[in-house]
Amino acid sequence: MLKKQRPSCRVSFLHHQHLIHYPVFNSKSSGQVVTSDPLQFSNFKKKQSLASPDIAHSAKIVGPQRLTPQKGQQPNLVSLASVQFENWGESTMAETSPRTDTSTDVDTDDKNQRFEAGQSAMVVASDSSDRSKDKTGDQKTLRRLAQNREAARKSRLRKKAYVQQLESSRLKLTQLEQELQRARQQGIFISSSGDQAHSMSGNGALAFDIEYARWLEEQNRQVNELRAAVNSHASDNELRVIVDGIMAHYDDIFRLKGIAAKADVFHMLSGMWKTPAERCFLWLGGFRSSELLKLLISHLEPLAEQQLVGICNLQQSSQQAEDALSQGMEALQQSLAETLASGSLGPSGSTGNVANYMGQMAMAMGKLGTLEGFLRQADNLRQQTLQQMHRILTTRQAARALLAINDYFSRLRALSSLWLARPRD
Amino acid sequence: MERVLRLGSQKAAVIFSTSSCCMCHAIKRLFCELGVNPAIYELDEDSKGREMEKALISLLGRGPSVPAVFIGGKLIGSTDNVMSLHLSGHLIPKLKEAGAIWL
Repeated sequence: MLKKQRPSCRVSFLHHQHLIHYPVFNSKSSGQVVTSDPLQFSNFKKKQSLASPDIAHSAKIVGPQRLTPQKGQQPNLVSLASVQFENWGESTMAETSPRTDTSTDVDTDDKNQRFEAGQSAMVVASDSSDRSKDKTGDQKTLRRLAQNREAARKSRLRKKAYVQQLESSRLKLTQLEQELQRARQQGIFISSSGDQAHSMSGNGALAFDIEYARWLEEQNRQVNELRAAVNSHASDNELRVIVDGIMAHYDDIFRLKGIAAKADVFHMLSGMWKTPAERCFLWLGGFRSSELLKLLISHLEPLAEQQLVGICNLQQSSQQAEDALSQGMEALQQSLAETLASGSLGPSGSTGNVANYMGQMAMAMGKLGTLEGFLRQADNLRQQTLQQMHRILTTRQAARALLAINDYFSRLRALSSLWLARPRD
Repeated sequence: MERVLRLGSQKAAVIFSTSSCCMCHAIKRLFCELGVNPAIYELDEDSKGREMEKALISLLGRGPSVPAVFIGGKLIGSTDNVMSLHLSGHLIPKLKEAGAIWL
């Protein structure tokens, strides 16, 4: 009786790769033996132990099962065993004690089922030496094998579903935690002070976050509309309408950012309203125009000579402007640090001269006030870069540019989600 | 006022600033990057600084008095204006025209 080769053989080796050699039993009792693969098992006398002392308990081997018993042979204990058990570490032969299952793939359910089935199969097998009995025995065991496989498969599916559920729950949990943290930050303002001014500034950050989320949704909708139009070969006029709409939409967010910066400049500078990966590239509260243009240059070809020059110049100008603003920010940081460090620090501390301390603080406060100016300049830079780009390019090119920009940021946001949901040990 | 206008025309590129102003620092760095060697007047180090500041405020209309940039004797404006000019590609030609940059 030929056993079919099991299609889903898995052979996995661990570091110490033990090839398992099973003894070829004497020809008196055994029939043909497949010898090409050391992993294959030969027939053996029913009473003989399969387990060779070589079995590495940590190796998971599924032997291929092309076994060819001959007539009148004792049943293929080996084939039963090997087809049945995926994990050789778990030796279930009568003579050997089952070992610890080191596989993480195998559910306990599986193991037990197989173990039991193995035992009964063995019992069945070893009972019969008669051919007819063999047949029924084999049929029973065949059925049992099938049931086993089915059970194992179901178990694996259940486990997979469970794990997926866990992962999505974890993602949800992280998102909720973030929201909670943000809300708490604002919530503290709101709850602890009935003062209008305070609660306004507290709400400033939260309000912006909400506005931004809404803006993003609308942005996606417009971009999808643009993409559909481009793919359906819409006319230039149609494209222009959509492109103009998107440009105006960009103006909206810059306006909103300006308002929010007055309320809470640190929130805007922190970029907490963006996703983590976006924040990685944060420059003065937003994206770097020069980088965006670099990205576009490669995606916008072919460009007319004049346009290429225009875009390259724009990229260079924005880079120079960014550098200038960055240096201004550094000067601000330095100045602030010097202000706070002036006078005596340490044990004598600020108790020394209250007037000095207050003067220091007043100066530092003044310097902090300039932060909003920098943020505004940075946003102006971003806004005007987009506008200049729009001016230099044709409608069709501008459409492609806007799609490219949106795709890039979408990927960055998707990356953030993936990162937050990544499995961790 | 006259002082401001006079000083503003004495060199191809002039920047009115205060030593503690970080935005002024940014504009100075930008001009430096472009290869310009502007004349810089720190209002807080000038005896007539106060009046000049008032004059600049009236010239600029709104916003901070510094930085205030003159190119070729003409008032360009504050940071906003300079940045816009630069992004639109007009700053460098203006500087060249005034002789602030030698090509």
